[in-house]
Amino acid sequence: MSLLLESLFNGAAIGSVLLIAALGLAIVFGLMGVINLAHGELMMLGAYTTYVVQSFFKLPLLEPLFGAYIFVAVVVAFLVSGLVGLLLERSVIRRLYGRPLETLLATWGVSLILQQFVRTVPLAWSTGLWLAAMLGLAGPLVVNRLWGLRQRPWLLRLGSWVVAAGVGVAAAGWIRSAMPKLARASARNVDVTAPRWLRGGLDLGDWTLPVPRLVIIGLTILAVLAVYWFLNRSLWGLRIRAVTQNRAMSDCLGIPTQAVDALTFGIGSGLAGVAGVAVSLLGSVGPNVGGDYIVGCFMVVVLGGVGNLWGAVVASAGIGVLTDVIGAGRLLEIWPQMPTWLQQGVEFFATTSMARVLIFALIVLVLQVRPAGLFPQRGRMAEV
Amino acid sequence: MADTRSRWQPRWRQVLLWGMGLALVLALPSLVSPFRLNLLGRYLSLAIVALGIDLIWGYTGLLSLGQGIFFALGGYGAAMHLQLNCHSCSRAAGGLPEFFGLYGVQQLPWFWEPFHSPWFTLVAIWLVPAVVAGLLGFLVFRNRIKGVYFSILTQAALLVFFNFFNGQQKLINGTNGLKTDLTRLLGLMVGSDTMQRYLFWLTALLALFTWLLCRRLVRGRFGHALLAIRDDEARLRCLGYNPTPFKTMVFALAGGLAGISGALYTVQSGIVSPQFMAAPFSIEMVIWVAVGGRGTLWGAMAGALAINMAKSLVSEAWPQTWLFIQGGLFLLVVTTLQGGVVGWFQEGGPRRLLARLGWRARLSTYPALELETGQEGED
Repeated sequence: MSLLLESLFNGAAIGSVLLIAALGLAIVFGLMGVINLAHGELMMLGAYTTYVVQSFFKLPLLEPLFGAYIFVAVVVAFLVSGLVGLLLERSVIRRLYGRPLETLLATWGVSLILQQFVRTVPLAWSTGLWLAAMLGLAGPLVVNRLWGLRQRPWLLRLGSWVVAAGVGVAAAGWIRSAMPKLARASARNVDVTAPRWLRGGLDLGDWTLPVPRLVIIGLTILAVLAVYWFLNRSLWGLRIRAVTQNRAMSDCLGIPTQAVDALTFGIGSGLAGVAGVAVSLLGSVGPNVGGDYIVGCFMVVVLGGVGNLWGAVVASAGIGVLTDVIGAGRLLEIWPQMPTWLQQGVEFFATTSMARVLIFALIVLVLQVRPAGLFPQRGRMAEV
Repeated sequence: MADTRSRWQPRWRQVLLWGMGLALVLALPSLVSPFRLNLLGRYLSLAIVALGIDLIWGYTGLLSLGQGIFFALGGYGAAMHLQLNCHSCSRAAGGLPEFFGLYGVQQLPWFWEPFHSPWFTLVAIWLVPAVVAGLLGFLVFRNRIKGVYFSILTQAALLVFFNFFNGQQKLINGTNGLKTDLTRLLGLMVGSDTMQRYLFWLTALLALFTWLLCRRLVRGRFGHALLAIRDDEARLRCLGYNPTPFKTMVFALAGGLAGISGALYTVQSGIVSPQFMAAPFSIEMVIWVAVGGRGTLWGAMAGALAINMAKSLVSEAWPQTWLFIQGGLFLLVVTTLQGGVVGWFQEGGPRRLLARLGWRARLSTYPALELETGQEGED
């Protein structure tokens, strides 16, 4: 019994990382049909953001609040990756709608650039750059909202960009002096220090639950609920679903489809950033951290059925539990007297990498039976 | 009379061109250093895998991100044969390749046995990848999985193979890979300069053959079927064709070409390792074709050669910048140069560029006629 529970918990832990990483992808790929190979790198940006935020909270002024930095990191990571995703959509993806293979290659190019970017540009400067972009874009909106200015938009824009650039440079300079660790670029991995309450385990009788895993499971549940609420209960969610179903008709009815595209992509990217926070809790953060997850994420989306949130949930949970059952050789514990040939087989696959081999093979087999995933889209618009 | 002259003139030009190409290939070993020659030979072998990708992507519209599987399978075939026949490095372990001793393996795994024979190896380096590709392709195409799903599945398959080869130390030396340099083949050390020169010529010859084969294929009925699949598969099906065998065949063919290419690459680089199956490498292969010009055989080969040369030159000078340049190339080609460089030239790109800069070419007749002459250089 405890074995079953342990397996379930491990499976949920592995699956929740997969799910939170795949959630943004499920939105972008499922709703827009865009293959975003830079998704892993957006996660990587989120993980680095966590690192920068925790460096801020190590300053004497914010030191007492160190335990809470993770919540700040989730929000900031969402904003960082979301902004990068937004810029990406406006500059590149927008030109490539309806040509998925080209999108795939273009986003791969973006992922290379992002990887090399974090290797060569010091985190201090990246932070300043992000701050400047944020201020420059948001400045005119805020000013208009506050004072209702409608005249000379170009002057306003220019002014806000100048202010933003100044603030960005000043911030970068200040970070360089205050946090010397962020002043130099390096290709080496960095480690995020978890706050005290996030370390260790939760004792439950005869076994302990590692707290970081629990937090990730909680974060994933929250993220799934938030996405569900947003898509099904909010105005913009309604618009997104409308555009997904029939772009031309939505356009005729006055839905700003371009804004919907940008928003969808931005939110999907932002979720990648949140996933990055989760990933940073599990291990060290490096430029290649995204590559470890990207294919697994796509498997979750493809297996679950494109455009289906619950499909992604079921698929990631299934993959998680199977990874644990196969990778840890649980079958041997459950059934010690199995025949020798079977035992050899189970032992052969009882490592993480071999478990992956078997699971991908299984997914290909499942797709033989159900080519459109476990929960295929139905209706006239669904392409069979 | 005028007719024969106009037919003869291009042929003379062709003969001259081929002659120059032949002279260049023959003379290159004495013109450049052995190190550069080795690099060139490797890149020429990569041009073969690029031709395969051009067949499946440029002509059939199947974007495979898993050509590394077949590339590495060919490489492993060649390396296994060379390891088995390596006298200097396997003496200690009683005829077994040396690395087996490290893991306490006494008996040769069964699938190594046939690689003792050079003839078997020569067949296996293209047949095994072709069969694997055919099987994989059949399973996928039978279910009409296409487009991006196909791409993602090939990438997943790549990951499966990568993990498998990476994790199995006792079977194929895992992460460390297999070395090929220290084997005596036909009386010469594989890693020696003389042998590398022969290998360069062999690679050039095979690249030429592959190009001729692909050209013959794409110009014939088979090629037309491929184009039809790319442009409108549903219509082809409605006309009574079954696209699955065509797709499976061309995917198997591309797999076989990747195997040959991988074997040639391995003997020239001196090692085969699971890194050949890493995801970035397979995507890079696609980019060579995209930059050179998909749908044109010349473009694929030229792209593979040019980008790899640029990569080695740029990485030697400014190691930090290559990934930026590569990523930028991706973006540029995908967003603006969809036909690649060769495609851009064929579509009259230079003229359009000049026109945009203010210099207008004078059109002598009806514009459409001029366009037609411009497209004659198509492969």
